[in-house]
Amino acid sequence: MKIVVLVKHVPDTAEERKLDLATGQLDREATGGVVDEINERALEAALRIKDSNKGTEVVAMTMGPEGAAQALRKALSMGADSGVHIVDDSLSGADTGRTAATLAAALRSTGFDVVLAGNESTDGRAGVIPAMLAEHLQLPLLGSLISAEIADGAVSGVRQGEGGTLDIHTGLPAVLTVTERFPEARFPNFKGILTAKRKPVTTLSASRLGVQAPVSRTVVISTVERPPRPAGRKLIDDGTAANELAEFLVANRLV
Amino acid sequence: MSNVLVLIEFSPRGEIAASARGLLAAAATLGSPVAVVVSATPLADDDVARLGELGAAGIYSAVTAAAGTVLLAPAVDALSGAVDAYEPAAVLAANSVDGREAAARLAVRVGGSVLADVVHVHNGNGTVVAQHSVFGGAYTVESVVEGGLPILTIRQGAIEGQAPTVQAELKTVSLGSNAEGVVLIDGFHDDPAGSARPELRSAATVVSGGRGLGSSANFVLVEQLADTLGAAVGASRAAVDAGYVAQTAQVGQTGVSVSPQLYIALGISGAIQHRAGMQTSKTIVAINKDEDAPIFDVADFGIVGDIFTVVPQLIEAVKARSN
Ligand SMILES: Cc1cc2nc3c(=O)[nH]c(=O)nc-3n(C[C@H](O)[C@H](O)[C@H](O)COP(=O)(O)OP(=O)(O)OC[C@H]3O[C@@H](n4cnc5c(N)ncnc54)[C@H](O)[C@@H]3O)c2cc1C
Repeated sequence: MKIVVLVKHVPDTAEERKLDLATGQLDREATGGVVDEINERALEAALRIKDSNKGTEVVAMTMGPEGAAQALRKALSMGADSGVHIVDDSLSGADTGRTAATLAAALRSTGFDVVLAGNESTDGRAGVIPAMLAEHLQLPLLGSLISAEIADGAVSGVRQGEGGTLDIHTGLPAVLTVTERFPEARFPNFKGILTAKRKPVTTLSASRLGVQAPVSRTVVISTVERPPRPAGRKLIDDGTAANELAEFLVANRLV
Repeated sequence: MSNVLVLIEFSPRGEIAASARGLLAAAATLGSPVAVVVSATPLADDDVARLGELGAAGIYSAVTAAAGTVLLAPAVDALSGAVDAYEPAAVLAANSVDGREAAARLAVRVGGSVLADVVHVHNGNGTVVAQHSVFGGAYTVESVVEGGLPILTIRQGAIEGQAPTVQAELKTVSLGSNAEGVVLIDGFHDDPAGSARPELRSAATVVSGGRGLGSSANFVLVEQLADTLGAAVGASRAAVDAGYVAQTAQVGQTGVSVSPQLYIALGISGAIQHRAGMQTSKTIVAINKDEDAPIFDVADFGIVGDIFTVVPQLIEAVKARSN
């Protein structure tokens, strides 16, 4: 079985992320880049299948500028067999539609039984790429899973919906997305880090894939920074703080 | 006036989902709202009346045996049928698990683009302009679609108010069911929700608890304060991971974004990922025994103290004042 895991190189959520006020695009200089945590959980799910079934091939795929190669290296050191990096300048600032069209073309060229992704990235948070891919590839999508059972030819899982969970299943090939309920990822070990250097990484460009930019696109027309919150009051509790807080809530009509 | 399609979801109990009100209100500011509904049996009169009450001028009711057994494909088919029938200026769906998957597939199918997690919409000289709150509210970004159909996923709880009530014009179509390459639903399990409390995303007051609560038994303290204030219950990821409370209560970067009148954080350190989901709240109160906890940086009223001492006193003090 061949599993392609989509990984995104994103700004570290532990730091203050910035947008370029002129273009509305991410300021990549402002923060360090990391593999989005949700993608690490997706990769972990793929690696666990590989752990118990050595015939499984795990490919990590990313689209992003040069620096995104770091995300692939991390994935390879964790245990992925190979990497695919889609990179070219024309993809800079690609919206979700463009990204999905490009990733779909790359997935067609690599082939797969399962595509595994996170339910949403921490930077864009749109949560639409996997469903767009599924539509491009005419495949079923098992989205927002809290658990999954992947076997030859079929996959079942539990989907976190709005008011409860759904038991769902479909045949392969299919696109799956995991939520934070999936287990945390393993750390790369020393051997993994060493062997990662010898693992193959294929580089693809939009032109090599032959994908045109979709006619429909999103355009950012303004970006405004919120003013910081003014400093508030801070009391050290001496037994009266709860009362003062109650007064504050009443005075501000909050109770 | 141009048509604006709205994908209506149903709650697990078969009621029109709470998101419908805000979606129809947003649609009414852009054009004439048309509700797109998928069901296994013809739409009940009550539901038709309710959608009109919420502002749906039209209802595109797609009836298919696949509703309820096939995941989402019927909704996407219904939406694309409605796009042909109504030539809408925009399509709106909730930024929910189902809503965004349907929006994404529709965008590819009909040649549109998704404007995601929208908190406000307006008509800018005939163009649909969407506003987003980015990086936990640190930025407000406006965006539009060029060259295709704008498909918006609207953040739940973000749109206030209600569209004027109208008499909905019902159009019923029957949808063929395609059994190939679809996802089948085998079962449904209701969340054990504290349904008596207000919904987290739209509540005026939210009381959240963190790892500082120490155990799920102690987490009752959060619920007691919430019930005293008529508030919804939220949590940090650490509290969710520790099993004190259901994942659906998680506030933050990878949880729900809330913007209530009052947000109270109990035993939450205020990691940047937690703040990303609550720092646009109008008033923030924090109680934490660590004077240097970053939650105090965004708090309008902070108490450095032990939640197990302060919160019971606060409950008494609030009760005394409201009597
Ligand atoms: C990709 C990613 C996404 C994330 N998404 C989210 C998210 O959506 N939401 C989220 O919340 N976190 C998220 N996190 C996790 C986040 O980084 C923090 O780990 C988490 O918010 C910490 O939760 P906490 O404040 O409850 O726990 P802690 O940081 O452990 O804080 C507990 C606090 O309780 C206080 N305390 C303890 N006992 C008492 C007492 N008796 N009285 C008063 N105070 C007491 C302590 O002083 C401490 O400040 C994410 C992390 C990553 C990497």
